[in-house]
Amino acid sequence: MARSPISQFSPARWLERRLPVIVVSPLFALSLFFVYGFIAWTAYISFTPSGVMPVYDFQGLAQYERLWATPRWYVAIKNLFIFSSLFIAISMAIGILLAILLDQRVRAEGLIRTVYLYPMALSFIVTGTVWKWMLNPGLGLQRLMREAGFENFTFDWLVNSHYAIYTLVIAAVWQSSGYAMALFLAGLRSVDDEILKAAAVDGSSPWKTYTSIVLPILRPVFLSTVIILAHLAIKSFDLVVALTGGGPGYATDMPATFMYAFAFQRSELGVAAASATMMLMTIIAIIVPYLYSELRKTA
Amino acid sequence: MRARRTSGIVRPKGLRSTLMRALLFAVLGLFCLYYLVPLVVMVSTSLKTLAEIREGTLLSLPRAISFEAWAKAWDSACVGVRCDGLRPFMWNSIAMAVPAVLLSTALGAINGYALTKWRFPGADWIFALILFGAFIPFQVILLPMARTLGLLNLAGTVPGLILVHTVYGLAFTTLFFRNFFVGVSNGIVQAAQVDGAGFFGIFFRIVLPMSIPAIVVTVIWQFTQIWNDFLFGVAFTVGDSNPVTVALNNIVNTSTGVKEYNVDMAAAIIAALPTMLVYVVAGAYFVRGLSAGAVKG
Repeated sequence: MARSPISQFSPARWLERRLPVIVVSPLFALSLFFVYGFIAWTAYISFTPSGVMPVYDFQGLAQYERLWATPRWYVAIKNLFIFSSLFIAISMAIGILLAILLDQRVRAEGLIRTVYLYPMALSFIVTGTVWKWMLNPGLGLQRLMREAGFENFTFDWLVNSHYAIYTLVIAAVWQSSGYAMALFLAGLRSVDDEILKAAAVDGSSPWKTYTSIVLPILRPVFLSTVIILAHLAIKSFDLVVALTGGGPGYATDMPATFMYAFAFQRSELGVAAASATMMLMTIIAIIVPYLYSELRKTA
Repeated sequence: MRARRTSGIVRPKGLRSTLMRALLFAVLGLFCLYYLVPLVVMVSTSLKTLAEIREGTLLSLPRAISFEAWAKAWDSACVGVRCDGLRPFMWNSIAMAVPAVLLSTALGAINGYALTKWRFPGADWIFALILFGAFIPFQVILLPMARTLGLLNLAGTVPGLILVHTVYGLAFTTLFFRNFFVGVSNGIVQAAQVDGAGFFGIFFRIVLPMSIPAIVVTVIWQFTQIWNDFLFGVAFTVGDSNPVTVALNNIVNTSTGVKEYNVDMAAAIIAALPTMLVYVVAGAYFVRGLSAGAVKG
């Protein structure tokens, strides 16, 4: 809304009026090139027979057929599904519980919140390192329990290909459930106090007030928390590398580590590009409708 | 003070509510333990000798405090073939994070300002298109980025990482500043225009001084993201130019020699210290960044 006084044309004024566009354009160009251009390149490579080096002959969906014929990809997809559903469900449950408890006028709330949230400031590599140490069957939790008198206590999930995926859930929940708590707490704080008072006057029990009044109001917060956690889950790469290295074997591979392995270790660019494109599609399916509704609300 | 309490749902009345309060604090305290135990284990393990680690358990405290593991993690642990500890990689991370944070924050600020206070046709679309970049899985840009860095002669260098982090941080920083500026009255900008101030004059003299909170939130968010990044570091750097997260992972997941858990833990703490420090000093801003990361301001 640049409103300048009406006057004759002058180059300086013309420039001044165009400045916002001139400033935004290079940044927009960066985004076009590094985001959309790169996505287009990756998507195109997924339609070519590229191996060690990219080639540009279009060959249709062959790489996708190879991808979906790779058992390791199914392991990655299955792991992503197990990991994200457990990670989201448990983080949400802990998050909402802690948020409700903290909302009861707790003394030292600030301190407690700080404790709940600090893991979010850590790198997933650090989180993976410490949990790897605590869960290692030799000297970690297993040893602790045995020393405490449970002679037969066994906890070898980290090296057990059937259970290793759950160690990722344990570490990821530890890191991110405080984040869910913070989002829910912000949501709870925005609920109008009058509604709560009215419910209390009506003799509604605290439990009932929460389940039938407060939580329904928080529906949008639930939605955005699920989306943020799902987004974290789909991108999870660091934690897998640090905690299990994708192993034992490739038992804890996820799409992100699968893509990395095929791109940088096995030099199968076509398959890597196809898997990256599948990841992008998944994110788009989740994020775009959400962004659309969010932006419409604020516009 | 009593009267104000009525707005809470659990109100103090009688024995039952006293018990409820006790239960409440018990649960909150248990969760505090849950979040703190790994930190305690990390610190106490890092202060033990290897012999003590083998004898004791996770929760046993060090009998004699030893800083050997810290010294080793800092300047003599082997990362790949190089045995200088984490120190050179900490410098890499600082050399990467500081310019990338400053650049992406500055560009985000001017972008957010132009997109909200000087709305031109298509501004909303441009914002939406830029914003999308904040959500893409970075796997989708790894391959072309590696090639582009190669073409620019930046492959495997710290400046290359600065470029990558600046470019992919822009979407977030623009989002933060846009959300902040939306709340700033247009009247201020219009009044300054009437006084003859231009685009940059208004930005530097009026808008920027009032956006200190937004700047702090953005800087903290970007610093945490960039410092903690692993994917770009591992994909785009080799050996000497690795950021500290990659070096830490190399120390921990090396398969040669005796496993030195105390050194691993000391290294993990060293790598985590800068972001932890920021969190402790400016936790409130960090939390604001987290909730702004949830798309809405």
